[in-house]
Amino acid sequence: MSEAASTVETPVKVPETLFSEENRTSAFKAKDTLLLIMTFLPVLIGWLAKVLFLKPSEGVEITGAYIFFTIKLPLMDLPITEAQVNSWLVIIAIAFLCLYLTHGIKAGVYTKRAVLAEWAVEKVEDLVRSNMGEYFMGMAPFIAAILGLSAFSSLISLLGLFPPTSDLNIVGGWALLVFILITYYKMKCGPLHYLKSFCEPAPFLAPLNVISEVATPVSMAFRHYANILSGSVISVLLAAALASLSQLLIGWLPGFLGKIPIFRIGIPAILSIYFDLFSGCLQAFVFAMLTMLYVGGAFSLEDYMKKKEKKKAKKVSNTLS
Amino acid sequence: MLELAIGIILGGCALGAGCAMIAGIGPGIGEGNAVAKACEAIGRQPECKSAVTSTMLMGCAVAETTGLYAFVIAFLLLFVAPGRFVNILINAIG
Repeated sequence: MSEAASTVETPVKVPETLFSEENRTSAFKAKDTLLLIMTFLPVLIGWLAKVLFLKPSEGVEITGAYIFFTIKLPLMDLPITEAQVNSWLVIIAIAFLCLYLTHGIKAGVYTKRAVLAEWAVEKVEDLVRSNMGEYFMGMAPFIAAILGLSAFSSLISLLGLFPPTSDLNIVGGWALLVFILITYYKMKCGPLHYLKSFCEPAPFLAPLNVISEVATPVSMAFRHYANILSGSVISVLLAAALASLSQLLIGWLPGFLGKIPIFRIGIPAILSIYFDLFSGCLQAFVFAMLTMLYVGGAFSLEDYMKKKEKKKAKKVSNTLS
Repeated sequence: MLELAIGIILGGCALGAGCAMIAGIGPGIGEGNAVAKACEAIGRQPECKSAVTSTMLMGCAVAETTGLYAFVIAFLLLFVAPGRFVNILINAIG
């Protein structure tokens, strides 16, 4: 009791260096600037590619990702699309953002970027701990990667670039990765245990179980892709409708005054708040959450421990005999 | 004759897309139910508002799936299918 009281009374001495952003050499600052430039360079590259390769569209045009070029391969041609390029640009940008946030972090020195990086890591770790349990803490970086990649891929549409998440191939790849993880964790208790899980609750339901197993990644991919795509389609339709509305109302004005699509200014931005900002972030969260739930649900620690103990007992009996 | 065939293809695709979007009723009712129940829960226990809200958003996103399937089908019918069907027709005629 007295100990606790004494610890409260003694004022915590805050060393001057704790919050200082001082003693930074010019080399440090130069590296900092370089990292920041590298973070925003991919966006510039994306704009440049868009300006150089894409033709201006006439009127309302809803098309898939633009194909830059195709690589000839023996089995099947490999098209390099806008979605792939933008996805790689997002990956590079996030990598350099992480490097920037962790550049020059020291234990016990609370600079702005250290607090930001710590906050992000702690949030994701809390999420993983509460949804998957202590055993899966090694999955936290993967979940953070999915969360960041998905969110930034959807948010890139705010900068006028093609969002990679509105292409089924990109999101399908992520869902396939999650499917492999689910199968891996189901296999961890032994292949026999895995095969037995298909025959529950009754053996004749096995085909249905196989279908539901396959439906998991399909529904995950379709959910994310269709959400982002429907947002962009509705935005395009609204922009076209507003253009024709302004044409109808002020088209009689002489000269270039009648050609200004006045209703297109600002009004689509209100929809963009929901479809780009809210929906993009929500879908990233949902994708990461479902990944955690499915992977966490695929593995039961009890069965695994039982199997491990059995193996141990076998080993002991083998060495004894 | 070819014009009539192409017209039937286009009309069929548009009708199919419209019919597919009837599935939008389901998620509408489902999400409405979910949000109504969440509002009731928050009214009863205002202190667990954040937990209820995040669970509700999660449930809504999952309940949306069937509607999104319908959207994808309608999208494919409107923008992808007509060209393919017309190509098939022209190839068949030769």
